[in-house]
Amino acid sequence: MSNKLIDFVNITKSYGTQTVLDDLNLYIRENEFLTLLGPSGCGKTTTLRILGGFENPDSGHVIFEGKDITNLPPNKRQLNTVFQKYALFTHMTIAENIAFGLKIKNKSKQYIHDKIKYALKLVNLDGFENRMPESLSGGQQQRIAIARAIVNEPKVLLLDEPLGALDLKMRQDMQYELIRLKNELGITFIYVTHDQEEALTMSDTIVVMNQGYIQQIGTPEKIYNEPENAFVADFIGESNILPGLMLEDRLVKILGIPFPCVDEGFGRNKPVDVVIRPEDIDLLKPGEGSIDGVVTHLIFKGVHYEMEVMANNYEWLVHSTDMFPVGTEVSIHVDPFDIQIMNKPESEDEEAVNIEE
Amino acid sequence: MKNKRYLAGPYLFWSVSFVVIPLLVIVYYAFTSDEGGFTLVNLAEITTPENLKALGISLLLSFVSTVVCLLLAYPLAMILSSKNMNQSSFIVLIFILPMWMNFLLRTMAWQTLLEKTGVINSVLNFLHLPSLEIINTPYAIVLGMVYNFLPFMVLPIYNVLIKIDKDVVNAARDLGANPVQTFLKITLPLSVPGVISGITMVFVPALTTFVISDLLGGGKILLIGNVIEQSFKQNSNWHVGSGLSLVLMVFIIASMALVAKYDKGEEGSML
Repeated sequence: MSNKLIDFVNITKSYGTQTVLDDLNLYIRENEFLTLLGPSGCGKTTTLRILGGFENPDSGHVIFEGKDITNLPPNKRQLNTVFQKYALFTHMTIAENIAFGLKIKNKSKQYIHDKIKYALKLVNLDGFENRMPESLSGGQQQRIAIARAIVNEPKVLLLDEPLGALDLKMRQDMQYELIRLKNELGITFIYVTHDQEEALTMSDTIVVMNQGYIQQIGTPEKIYNEPENAFVADFIGESNILPGLMLEDRLVKILGIPFPCVDEGFGRNKPVDVVIRPEDIDLLKPGEGSIDGVVTHLIFKGVHYEMEVMANNYEWLVHSTDMFPVGTEVSIHVDPFDIQIMNKPESEDEEAVNIEE
Repeated sequence: MKNKRYLAGPYLFWSVSFVVIPLLVIVYYAFTSDEGGFTLVNLAEITTPENLKALGISLLLSFVSTVVCLLLAYPLAMILSSKNMNQSSFIVLIFILPMWMNFLLRTMAWQTLLEKTGVINSVLNFLHLPSLEIINTPYAIVLGMVYNFLPFMVLPIYNVLIKIDKDVVNAARDLGANPVQTFLKITLPLSVPGVISGITMVFVPALTTFVISDLLGGGKILLIGNVIEQSFKQNSNWHVGSGLSLVLMVFIIASMALVAKYDKGEEGSML
């Protein structure tokens, strides 16, 4: 997991006046499941297409195994792509689709036959050789697209929102399928999505992007538990993001009330953003916690109850398996290590801070 | 539901009065002699050496024109379909603009351009270049056919190409195909339906035209369309004209059926 397989160096790309990627630097290790996560227009798909060779960056280099591949056409790159809308060849059978790349490389008939069998087995679609793509469901077509890519034994598989067009149940099944495939093939997966749940479930590393900048790189746990800025905190999961004042190390003032926390090194009396996840808030009897308030909303969500608590003029989002009816007087308590302190962006534009690795 | 049927009334009236009945009249004329008796002589007129020659030339010239149209139209349609929306609609507009001008006028313009003392030759003479002598030859007719029918080849191919998902082409490149391989294995097969309808829309009018050969062939080259026109207008022999029209129709129906069969085969394999 330590070798740099792919290295994006100072990649910039704009369409007309719109800058999609601004001086992007990112490396990807061998055998990594890396997810580019962000809202639409954040530059994640452009990054993938530059790696696939379908777009050229305005400036910067793409290094693959130490070689500059920035100007290499897609057919000369040792990686394969699974496209968002499958992009199967509708005039060919499933077998012909899967064989396409191998026939181009003049592999033997027997080799191609074996590869088709192997790939169809791998994606659980044995016996589909002679079907036409349009007779398959969306999920099946997507698996054929994956099979078509992996028979070429790429070092890297690029997946561009491959589950976007599938329904929820199918999407969840496919997530496990992809993790299994990744482990069986032992290759690098680079996955693009705007779905934070997909990213958290499958990735070794998540790269959160916004407005052409990388916001944070880290493991799913790190991204979720220790977001580096308000954008990441807001985009990944639900959260209470409050303005705060760092009084001193390990003490932050939120809504006029000092909370003990575990963060250090922000300085004295420094304005900060504070993230508190709704499931990290404990509701106690009035007077027992840090701030007293009243439950204003209650929704049953299945796994937990979602409540809103009005306290010190702020609506706290709270997830709890205990139910407190609307109107109940409660007190909010947060453990020090559940309080995440982040630097405040210095301006509106800085919302999309460019964080160097 | 019942009321909606009446909406088809005007169309039904139209097609019966102006399509079905005239067709029956032609069939009647084709199978009857001047005296009114049943005969196959009119159909057999096609076998006279002059008429066979006219039919042969017609088939040859429309075939050549169709091929030339296809060779010109396909690359053009590819270029158009690769442009972005605003650019391409402007170019398409420029391209179909001549179609808004009267067909006869356009053909007559070519006559003026190509004449022995016409515009092109005047310019060539001025530049001391050898003059162009293609007026009243089959070449001029092919030129006229290609010029007039080219848009009918471009548009269906363009329409098919623009619907091909760019990522399908990208996928082929991604799987190792170079641009030529991608074209031969992906773009071309996927565009076959457009090519087929383009061929139909060029070949059929080219086969039946008589105006183009009249104006650019100078009456020296008779196409089957001219023969039919002459039997109606000059010889006033409606029976022979109808008979020949019917034979030509059989040729067209046969070629359409051939195309349709191929087309269906394509779609069948797509399903």
